[in-house]
Amino acid sequence: MTTAVADAHDSHDDHGPAKGLGRWLFTTNHKDIGTLYLVFSLIMFFVGGAMALVIRSELMHPGLQFVHPEFFNQMTTMHALVMVFGAVMPAFVGLANWMIPMMIGAPDMALPRMNNWSFWILPVAFGILISTLFMPGGAPASGWTMYPPLVLQTGDAFPFLIFSVHLMGLSSIMGAINIIVTILNMRAPDMWLLKMPMFVWTWLITAYLLIAVMPVLAGAVTMLLTDQFFGTSFFLAAGGGDPVMFQHIFWFFGHPEVYIMILPAFGVVSEIIPTFSRKPLFGHDSMVYAASCIAFLSFIVWAHHMFTVGMPLSGQLFFMFSTMLIAVPTGVKIFNWVATMWRGAMTFETPMLFSLAFVFLFTIGGFSGLMLAVAPADIQYHDTYFVVAHFHYVLVPGSIFAIMAAAYYWLPKWTGYMYNETAGKLHFWLSTIFVNLTFFPMHFLGLAGMPRRIPDYSTQFADFNTMASVGAIGFGLSQLVFVYVLLTSKKGVTATARVWEAPKGLEWTVPSPAPYHTFDTPPIARVKQEAFE
Amino acid sequence: MNERQPNISNRSLTARLLVFAAGMFAFGFLVLPPLYDVFCDITGFGGRTNTTALAAVEAPDLTRTIRIEFVTTVNEYAPWTFAADVDSMEVHPGKMYFATFSATNLSANHLVGQAVPSVAPVSANEHFKKIECFCFTSQQFAANEERTLPLQFIVDPELPDYVDTITLSYTLFDTAPVAASSAH
Repeated sequence: MTTAVADAHDSHDDHGPAKGLGRWLFTTNHKDIGTLYLVFSLIMFFVGGAMALVIRSELMHPGLQFVHPEFFNQMTTMHALVMVFGAVMPAFVGLANWMIPMMIGAPDMALPRMNNWSFWILPVAFGILISTLFMPGGAPASGWTMYPPLVLQTGDAFPFLIFSVHLMGLSSIMGAINIIVTILNMRAPDMWLLKMPMFVWTWLITAYLLIAVMPVLAGAVTMLLTDQFFGTSFFLAAGGGDPVMFQHIFWFFGHPEVYIMILPAFGVVSEIIPTFSRKPLFGHDSMVYAASCIAFLSFIVWAHHMFTVGMPLSGQLFFMFSTMLIAVPTGVKIFNWVATMWRGAMTFETPMLFSLAFVFLFTIGGFSGLMLAVAPADIQYHDTYFVVAHFHYVLVPGSIFAIMAAAYYWLPKWTGYMYNETAGKLHFWLSTIFVNLTFFPMHFLGLAGMPRRIPDYSTQFADFNTMASVGAIGFGLSQLVFVYVLLTSKKGVTATARVWEAPKGLEWTVPSPAPYHTFDTPPIARVKQEAFE
Repeated sequence: MNERQPNISNRSLTARLLVFAAGMFAFGFLVLPPLYDVFCDITGFGGRTNTTALAAVEAPDLTRTIRIEFVTTVNEYAPWTFAADVDSMEVHPGKMYFATFSATNLSANHLVGQAVPSVAPVSANEHFKKIECFCFTSQQFAANEERTLPLQFIVDPELPDYVDTITLSYTLFDTAPVAASSAH
């Protein structure tokens, strides 16, 4: 695979990208595919965001204003499916495609043709999913969790929903296999596993989670399909099945899924905080063990999503304590980030601001998660806005902020120019203010008993809902600043190879913008120089 | 050591990972449902009721009184009325009791119904013994027919001390849609 070129420098003659649309359709280049993933996820972020704004506009005031309740339910369902499978997951896969080969000194992903497939399945899957909005009976409206028997009442959209979930799963599994093979087989010599950057490590663990649980989701939705069309009774009580079993299988997938969406975020901030604190990451190895612990625990806590189904006391206790246990490795990570910053020479460029907000706001989401883990209290919080507040705190200022931080951090490496720092900071401050205005009042609404997934509410909830809606519109509009940053990203100062003052990692040893092909020969000397200890 | 020398080839590692993913699909689709079934049968989880009969009743425990509450539901607007003839009963463990439920077919069509039981709390599941129950078989209803549905049960004296109320819930399903989709 490698040619015997003596110098590992990258400026040797390589063919550039193909011209025109064919470049993007048939590309097997990890950087092109990374870009495709990131652009796709940004589009889905705005599609899902538009759906969120339909929801928040309807909830701005009590009573029914703009949409029918049926359509409102379609919006909550589609918003979640689009954001989870279309925005957050592809964004992290895009970052993995772009950065992992450059971080481990590999020339490309291990399975480049499969890489092309795993991306191009996604637009098809979401084309199918979004087309259900125009079908008789409308889009799926049962919530993204697809609980039977409700989901079986979906109209013509039902088989399309199942098929699109199958395709998303297929794409994720192929992407995950590719990432595992790349990391295990393509590292530069001397880059031992425990020397790998944290982003690579968290993605390795995430990829294993993906191939373990996405097939289980595929199995669950296949059972829904056979129940509806082929006469089985997996979840139909009349035929001897049990609808609660779906919840068990779904959350056996669903809880690892939430870590699939946060572990790569942990990796991103573990890269950024050391750079802007000008210190190495505190406790690199303990971060690896903590992430592995979180991944293991994620498989044994699923029933905390369903405390209200009527569980024996012993079951409630087991799932309550195992869930609380996750706070320990997560606490290790938070501690290590804080310790990395301790006495560091910190500066506050946009990626660092997003990372700091991530650490602080993700912790708030973690604490409300701990509250939800308390089984007797959860029966009060279940299906209220408190849950909505919790998972939006871990997903928006958690995963999304980490993705934004990553985009700002590596953008100069991708484009070769510094982005507009003023616009970046404006984007950060607007996002942070509005994200809190949107989601913090939801804690109070939930504790006061406002149920989720309902288009109307009692008048005592009006003020907090108006605040949340104003925040949501503000947050949505603030993201246009990010689009402005991207559109003007080639107008700034030329970036150096290092970009930042003293970042660690092989990706900073190649020129900016990164050449179309990097590390055709393994960068042996560089691995030693980069001092990963 | 100028070359990347993985221990196993890309092809073989990819194949292993694909087999693992396929195995997880099989685990979710083929293994989990029967496993869940067995788990529920053993633990009484999910409201599963006990179907093994309690044969001989020697000494009813007259010192202890358990309240049995009946809950009835008709699934998805099926054209029935369905109710227990009494809302609750006071019973002694170890003694046999009878209860009756009434159901009426409100439609002008022949209907087939199946009642699915559920017992709460979970710790009472294995101690609530049904000797005879209309839920054991599907029930045929002629047009507009009204029927009395019998239930015969014993509460096992082994019932844990802290249980003083048992809720028995029945949901009556119209099994025609299930039968129709099986016929495909």
